[in-house]
Amino acid sequence: MTDPILKVRGLTKSFGGLVATRDVDLDLRAGEIHALIGPNGAGKSTLVQLISGALRPDAGSVQFGGQDVSALTTAARARKGMARTFQISSLAMEYSVLQNVVLGALGRRGDVFRFFNRVMKDQQLLKVAEKALVQVGLQDVRAFRTSDLSHGQRRQLEVAVALTLDPKAFLMDEPMAGLGAEGSQQLQGFLDQLRHQAPILLIEHDMDAVFALADRISVLVYGEIIATGTVDEIRGNPAVRQAYLGEVAE
Amino acid sequence: MTRESCLNVVLMGLLLAVPLAAWALDEPFIITLTTRAVIFAIAGVGLNLALGFGGLVSFGHAAFFGLGGYAMGILAYHAQTYTPLMDWPFVIEGTKSMLVIWPVAIVASGLAALAIGALSLRTSGVYFIMITLAFGQMFFYFTISWSAYGGEDGLSIYVRNSFPGLNTMDPIQFFAICYGLLLLVLWGVHRMANASFGLALRAARQNEERLQAVGQVPYRLYLTAFAISGAITGLAGALFADLNRFVSPSMLSWQTSGEIMVFVILGGVGRVYGPVAGAALFILLEHTLGGLSPYWHVYLGAILLGVVLFARGGIFGLLAGREVAHD
Repeated sequence: MTDPILKVRGLTKSFGGLVATRDVDLDLRAGEIHALIGPNGAGKSTLVQLISGALRPDAGSVQFGGQDVSALTTAARARKGMARTFQISSLAMEYSVLQNVVLGALGRRGDVFRFFNRVMKDQQLLKVAEKALVQVGLQDVRAFRTSDLSHGQRRQLEVAVALTLDPKAFLMDEPMAGLGAEGSQQLQGFLDQLRHQAPILLIEHDMDAVFALADRISVLVYGEIIATGTVDEIRGNPAVRQAYLGEVAE
Repeated sequence: MTRESCLNVVLMGLLLAVPLAAWALDEPFIITLTTRAVIFAIAGVGLNLALGFGGLVSFGHAAFFGLGGYAMGILAYHAQTYTPLMDWPFVIEGTKSMLVIWPVAIVASGLAALAIGALSLRTSGVYFIMITLAFGQMFFYFTISWSAYGGEDGLSIYVRNSFPGLNTMDPIQFFAICYGLLLLVLWGVHRMANASFGLALRAARQNEERLQAVGQVPYRLYLTAFAISGAITGLAGALFADLNRFVSPSMLSWQTSGEIMVFVILGGVGRVYGPVAGAALFILLEHTLGGLSPYWHVYLGAILLGVVLFARGGIFGLLAGREVAHD
């Protein structure tokens, strides 16, 4: 087995008296979708923020691509290929669809301090951007203003921007949130393919999607991972059933 | 050609036609008035880089405007009194040459903006407004108490500074210099807005989280924009002092900061040519309404209120519609 792309060890974070993340170990291996589930308030978003660098942990480490990135900022982790999509679409709303993906490609290439080039005519950036748009199926709306997109299209655009970062791993915070049944299905099919490009750490509420997609599942309850395993192992785990699935009509 | 670029051409054409007509009709006052508008436009275009493109509401740009003014005033003062600026450890003489004064004004105000920005950009929102205001006031009170250069009374320059091949005391020739510089600044800011830097900076204004997620740090972009913004406003300050042949602490007052901000908001925040329209309208109102009543600012306030409430994109938003993302 090759080393995991993302390796989280002993991650702990508390806010005052509340321990939001408690001694979390987590691996993301090449080619897999690793789903992170848990009831509301389990600390999923906190964990994502710790991994992406938006929050500083009290203890523990995050290793990415064989390197300790615990001390790096969000931006530095992104440059190393950690591509995050947000629970609530986080895009440059006044920009066109194309500008958003070109921004991704530019951020990845890193030369933002150029003052007299024509960035929207940069063939290298456009090529990367166009490829990402085609991959998510947004090529026909490239000239649309992002604020004019539907909710589902914004979610797709988030993924497209993540694709421009030449990602080594995806961190997806509830990509299905707010999508209709059809949209969910589409995105599900897409993520199914995407895992071969780079592994996905998937935070998701939609249990059908999780069970259909995930290679492995980790269950987070009160900031602690109570079980990690394959879909079947998690389905059969009594502690998980009691803590979590029992609340859902199974 | 988009509606916005049509508007740009019309605007710049008018700004050229008015003083030319005034020149033909021998109305030097109108030429000077337009020159004032052009200089204010340069200051506004400078502020717009921070305010419009970076979303940095700076209430301290008068400091850079005034710094540019004092750079000109001090150099010219030493030249006209034949005293060196300093004679130890090496001698620096004053100068009356615009080609020396401009770079000094640009560098001085750019460096000041870099320092002020480096500290102020650690805050955001209302705190950023207040801290830039505080820095502006610091510079203001410093110039008031700077008795070596006139203190509260300011500095008078007998003759306008020189530009090779031109008679700068001739209103239309001085106008030409200012108009040329405005064109140059507009061209530079336009290129910047459409370059990598502009794309990233405007993205930072819209969504810092997004910019970080693609691996870039907003702070550096903001600081660069703020420094360039201050430098451009400083150049405008040097020209303004030259126009009046006078520099005084009033150039650094917070009212000046407010006025520069009014140019930007009236014209259209984040539009390259917006502040040109704003400054021109401001001068027009000042001239027409100012003749009616010394309290003409009341009307300006009402108009500003109207713009903010009903035409949020300013003149450009009203006439050119929503910004076109790209072609």
